[in-house]
Amino acid sequence: MSRMSGGTNRAIRLVAVAGVVVTLVAVAAGCGGGSKKSGGGTSTGSSSVSGSVKFWGIWSAAEQTAFQKVIAGFNKQYPNVKVSYTSKGDNIPTILATAIAGGSPPDLADVAQPGLVKQLVQQGHLKPITYAKSTIDANFSPAWANLGTINGKLYALLFKASNKSTLWYSVPVFKQAGVKAPKTWTQLLSDAKTIKASGTPAYSLCGASGWTLTDIFENIYLRMWGSAKYDSLSAHKIKWTDPSVTKALQYMAKIVGDTSNIYGGTSGALQTDYPTCVDKAFSNPPKAAMVLQGDFVGLEILQATSAKAGTGFNVTPFPSITPGPDASAVETGGDLIVAFHDTPAIEAFVKYLATPQAAEIWAKLGGFGTGNKNVPASVYPDSITRTTEEPLLGAKSVVFDMSDNQPASFGATTGQGEWGIFQKFLQNPSSISSIQGQLESAASKAYKSGK
Amino acid sequence: MSGSSITAEPPPQAAPPAPSEQGTSRYLTGTLFLLPAIFLLGVWLLYPTVYTIVRSFFGQSGYLGTWVGIDNYKTLFTTSTLVTAIKNSAIWVAVVPALVVALGLIFAVLTERIRWAVAFKTVVFLPMAISAFATGVTWHLLYQQDPSLGAINALGRTVHDAFSSPGVLSNALPSTTSLQKQGGGLVLKTPLKPGGVALLGLTGIAPQDMPSGARQAVKPASKPGDIEGTVWRDFKPGGGKPGVVEQGELGIPGVTVELRDSSGKVVQTATTDSHGTFDFTGVGGGTYNAGIGAATFAKPFGGYTWLGPKLITPSLLIAYIWIWAGFAMVVIAAGLSALPREVLEAARTDGATEWQVFRRVTVPLLAPVLSVVFITMIINVLKVFDIVLALAPDSVQSNANVIALAMWRTAFSGSNDFGTGSAIAVFLFVLVIPVLALNIRRFRREV
Repeated sequence: MSRMSGGTNRAIRLVAVAGVVVTLVAVAAGCGGGSKKSGGGTSTGSSSVSGSVKFWGIWSAAEQTAFQKVIAGFNKQYPNVKVSYTSKGDNIPTILATAIAGGSPPDLADVAQPGLVKQLVQQGHLKPITYAKSTIDANFSPAWANLGTINGKLYALLFKASNKSTLWYSVPVFKQAGVKAPKTWTQLLSDAKTIKASGTPAYSLCGASGWTLTDIFENIYLRMWGSAKYDSLSAHKIKWTDPSVTKALQYMAKIVGDTSNIYGGTSGALQTDYPTCVDKAFSNPPKAAMVLQGDFVGLEILQATSAKAGTGFNVTPFPSITPGPDASAVETGGDLIVAFHDTPAIEAFVKYLATPQAAEIWAKLGGFGTGNKNVPASVYPDSITRTTEEPLLGAKSVVFDMSDNQPASFGATTGQGEWGIFQKFLQNPSSISSIQGQLESAASKAYKSGK
Repeated sequence: MSGSSITAEPPPQAAPPAPSEQGTSRYLTGTLFLLPAIFLLGVWLLYPTVYTIVRSFFGQSGYLGTWVGIDNYKTLFTTSTLVTAIKNSAIWVAVVPALVVALGLIFAVLTERIRWAVAFKTVVFLPMAISAFATGVTWHLLYQQDPSLGAINALGRTVHDAFSSPGVLSNALPSTTSLQKQGGGLVLKTPLKPGGVALLGLTGIAPQDMPSGARQAVKPASKPGDIEGTVWRDFKPGGGKPGVVEQGELGIPGVTVELRDSSGKVVQTATTDSHGTFDFTGVGGGTYNAGIGAATFAKPFGGYTWLGPKLITPSLLIAYIWIWAGFAMVVIAAGLSALPREVLEAARTDGATEWQVFRRVTVPLLAPVLSVVFITMIINVLKVFDIVLALAPDSVQSNANVIALAMWRTAFSGSNDFGTGSAIAVFLFVLVIPVLALNIRRFRREV
């Protein structure tokens, strides 16, 4: 209650201040004598929108600063809307659940788990953002809008996207072994063999963090069977005992079963978490050649090692598998903006976030990817980011991280469900049919209970 | 304990035959003073407890969710990770309190007899000053499998390597299938006759692991009556041709090559030079096999998997006991110093041995203190959480799971299943009740 009255007070004060500012600007413009161009069409509609937007997000530190700049960009168009951003950290699902139980969710939140978004929709906590549909359609290919569509209605905007279909490699190790960045699966396996002969293990796996293993599986499955089948599996319309899963696991076993080619062997890999696996591969001297994880690896390399982009490390899209139907398909993850309330101020902000202007502000600062096709790849600050994020811009077929899209007890719980079973797979890569059985029974249980 | 005589006296003074009016106002004042405490206890203890109990009969999310009856409790006893948690908690309860009391008792009794007792006690007590989470992180590092990271395995490596030193080429692999593994070493499959040339190509050797002074590998020419050959790093950027000595590939110096006759007996050994070449001179007729002995490939100590699924619970128990042994020691030592010396002296005068004194006099007299430590430890162990979270890697957290961690993981991490989470909380509460009741009864008896 107190929050609302405080908010109203603040809003009134703001409106007053803004009124004064607007008058001054109008006077100044009048004096200047017909500089009509600035502001143009937007300012007329926008100063009429006022209010406050309470936004909870996971971004902290540098990401928070970047988002504040995005908000500042919004306030240039909508000076009368106050967006207050609070960082809630990685615990946001818990915090949201408690806030909803307590009856006071924020206006907007960013959520990294599509599964949670679906859950919130089913429980009736979210408001559709249909008002932003035309803006999104103008800036994104239809696949992106589909990601935020649940039960035929648009509920979420994937504002900050990441590309999980990448492969990071140590340039000195590749040079020593005389191999090039692999473009195809066959090339990847032959490179790995050569790298092993050169005396460095090819793979640095982060087996202690179960999600890194499911990410590898998902990329293989996506490359092998395409996005339609991928989505069916992630919605549990295909069973985990399906032959398509068998084949993908057989391919994956060629990596996780190559024990002597994994840094620390199988048991070492099971105890290496993310990001330790990255630090190992890009340390000096490098202990392994490749890390098969998404674009977020780049930041970790720069922060934790002395390897430099281009000379120490480099990145390439996850190798294609022939005859896969979707060579350019991208597995994405990222932060979905969802709305708990519906006011003109909230609508204006959501619409703004779907524009290329909003995305460009953050894209320039780095650590940001977007599927917004009207953002030119040249805004990304360096070649590494361009390599990792460019596939997103053009991507016609994008899918979510499968484990994020499933009920959390199956797809997103430490040591349990999919994460735990893939760790068993790493332990014993020859037991494909037993692994499939375990996945299927865990999945059907989770889908039945819906949690 | 000695306070009982003091508290026994005041009541006659404190309860005068007061007029009823004065009694009511006193009663009112008392209630007024108690109100804030009752309010706070109600908000932060009573309400959450009742809510959790009620919540445990409802579904996953929301303030209450949908009624599911005892389904959450069924889940609790049928989900394998939760059952593991219950089993592990049972192990904790069975092992930790007993060991902590035993260790504390030993330390306390022994420190009575040594000089520098205070220094010793301080060191043993010090872990208590560290938060369990920090302890978990520290022991996580100590337990690392790679001996170059984990202190415990580093110690293991030092001891191991003192008895059997690792080979110079412990990671090397044969470059072609004509070299085969045999008893830890490698042997060239094709038999050789005098005048033959043996090519022993190895890969999997990182350039920085090559012995110093290695030069371009040379394939020796055949010499009648001798068997010659090369041991070399059969790799150049891009891979090269396996089994062929190429430009840019280095010989491996200092490798001991063995020549075996057809019966498998070693007849000659030779050491490679900087080009990797070796020469067995004056070889008689017959067929021979050239190979490299097992010692060259002996693996260094790889370390125990302390943090693996099998050893994780013992590893956790060790770290936890490390924290709490000091606490037990200090409490028991305090009890020990309050023991009546004359009883011990009397026992000694009567001819009891030190062991008998300890067993028959010290321990029975200390029993109240020991039981306090024991019960405190049972409660501590039932709610153990942070050290497991910090010490166990994600991949084994299901194997290391304990009830309190299972509760948090179910309710907050990932699943956000408040219903089952509440059920676990209630189960834990039920487990703690008997211990608490025991404790409260003891307090009553003492007062």
